[in-house]
Amino acid sequence: MSTATDPIGRRLPDTLASYWEQDLVKIFSTLAAVYTLYLLVGVLLGYDLFGQLNSLRRLTFLIVVYGIAALVVNLHWGYSGLFNIGVVGFMAVGVYTATILSRPVAGQNPTGSLPGFGVPLPLAIVAGVLTAAAAGYVAALPSLRLRNDYFAIVTLAFAEILRITFKSSELQEITVFGWTFGTGGGRGIRTFSNPVRTFFETSGQPIVAAVESTGLDGKIIPDWSFVFVLLTILIGTYWLISRLSASPFGRVLKGIRDDEEATQSLAKNTSSFKIRAFVIGCAILGLLGIVWQGASSGYVTPDRFIPELTFFIWIAVIIGGAGSNTGTIVGTILFVGLILEGPGQVRRLVEEFVGLSGSVPTFPDALGALVSGNIDPVMLYVFDQTSALRIILTGLVLIWLLKRRPQGLFGDRQEVASAINLEDRVTKRRERGSGAQTSGGDGN
Amino acid sequence: MLSVNQLQKSFQGVTALDGVSFEVEAETITGLIGPNGAGKSTTFNVISGAIEPDAGRVTFTGEDITGLSPDQTSSRGLVRTFQIAREFKNMTVLENMMLPPKNQRGEAAWRSVLPGVRDNVQADEEELFERAWEMLEFFDIDHLALEDAGTLSGGQRKLLELARALMLDPDVLLLDEPFAGVNPSLERELLARLEDLRDRGRTFLLVEHDMDLIMQHCERIIVMHQGQTLVTGSPEEVRSEEQVIEAYLGGEVT
Repeated sequence: MSTATDPIGRRLPDTLASYWEQDLVKIFSTLAAVYTLYLLVGVLLGYDLFGQLNSLRRLTFLIVVYGIAALVVNLHWGYSGLFNIGVVGFMAVGVYTATILSRPVAGQNPTGSLPGFGVPLPLAIVAGVLTAAAAGYVAALPSLRLRNDYFAIVTLAFAEILRITFKSSELQEITVFGWTFGTGGGRGIRTFSNPVRTFFETSGQPIVAAVESTGLDGKIIPDWSFVFVLLTILIGTYWLISRLSASPFGRVLKGIRDDEEATQSLAKNTSSFKIRAFVIGCAILGLLGIVWQGASSGYVTPDRFIPELTFFIWIAVIIGGAGSNTGTIVGTILFVGLILEGPGQVRRLVEEFVGLSGSVPTFPDALGALVSGNIDPVMLYVFDQTSALRIILTGLVLIWLLKRRPQGLFGDRQEVASAINLEDRVTKRRERGSGAQTSGGDGN
Repeated sequence: MLSVNQLQKSFQGVTALDGVSFEVEAETITGLIGPNGAGKSTTFNVISGAIEPDAGRVTFTGEDITGLSPDQTSSRGLVRTFQIAREFKNMTVLENMMLPPKNQRGEAAWRSVLPGVRDNVQADEEELFERAWEMLEFFDIDHLALEDAGTLSGGQRKLLELARALMLDPDVLLLDEPFAGVNPSLERELLARLEDLRDRGRTFLLVEHDMDLIMQHCERIIVMHQGQTLVTGSPEEVRSEEQVIEAYLGGEVT
């Protein structure tokens, strides 16, 4: 129990290793390491205070939203063995439902923008979460009859069908029973104003003003406040899922993942457990869609919800180790910091220090220049392809992990599925037992 | 207690069960023997509900349970173990033991989450822990309580399989070769425990290949061959059909 099973813990000297054992230490030290890295890059790039704060804010924002999604994937896959690769679909259901419901009714909105049902935002958000949960219920039904890999195909198809539906021009704007609403089709749709930003534009204005008087850009207040609100949601999600995991409910889920038939032969209605786990996760994804795509950018298009996003979320879980909630968070921090945002940071550093001149060439031209000894065009080309670089990096990490450490960083960790501390109880019981022996209690 | 009547089952043209009928009386240890391929495991699968018979009936404490699913039969008190132990490898032994019991309030998701209500779940867990620990002590594997079940030796896995099944408080336990790969002294000890449990009111239907064991410890024996029940009776009665048994089993019966 004291020897670490993860590659980092094993290499630490004993004193540090005992700190590393604690979950919060794992999370915060990884976060601190990545933050430090980004601060260093910021220094090298000559960022001022606002620039550094902004860079960290963007990083934190991405860690938080990917973290929430990764925790759900861990609940579905790491705990229940449900192979959900339609993650983005449920996020889309959440945000589109909330948006369509909350947009002002026809005739009351600025010209040219899509009308909706005029539902107050808080209600619309609740409706969005519930609709995502309902979508989760529908999607979970095939899992009861299908083998896991076929179920995965169903979830992927589900998400893609939703995306294409939201993109279709037929549903762009429709009128049913006198109500006009729509999805905005391929162009997308304005969602709703960010409640946090609205607050700081009205009653919170004095705080912003106070900050501005010190010379800082006042925008950091609403921006960071929003990130903190999201962080609260992440912490709430972590709390919810850890409690679910450390309980009889979580125990049965683990049993289902391990051996569903054996679990059934122990009088458990496994279908009921699978559906519940799936629906809970999808409800959280619905909320995530609302706050990530809806509140954050104020605009949502169907092309935000592509399978690539689902796969990035999965990579975070795989790096951290499926089955461990803490591992999932650490994996997310590393994924976002190094793989997602890494290429962009490297590119900025290269531009700053290597001083590549010229415009980005086409690939054939770059190759041609390489042959004649000029590497600048190739470099320019490579570093322009940040999104491609992310995918390449992701692929490389996946291959490496599959070969060297398929269980991820913390996949060996067993998070005990009980609502009480079993280690504690066992120790106490054993102490009691040895006490009984000395007084001549029942031996064998 | 448990009876099967004219069970028929074929798999893609191959007949596995061809009119299997027998009765298991309450508070007995009954043996089910026969050569490999006789249909013993298939019979267990049909009784427990893992597969549906093409024809025939399974009756348990007077109720027709034919075609019920495994979770339905086991929740009625009819529990089976597997020939190859199916312990949950990614959990500790204790978690394995605490999973089965019925009516755990914490199996409702919301009860495990809400702050005040979770206290009830924790109280349940404490009781469950005590029960699990005592059962582990009964089988002398309490020292393995916090080990990952995947690290257990073959014999230990068999013990866990049995102990875990007992956590469900079953009335009838179908044991599929529970002593295969278990050393003889441990086997004798386990049998003593089973007899103890039988004296306290449980019923066992045991599939085994160890003839000595079967003859010495089972009150009744059912012999199967080629998907049919050949002979049922006390050890003496079955032994006196010796020639039949020798012909089919080709082994010595002491």
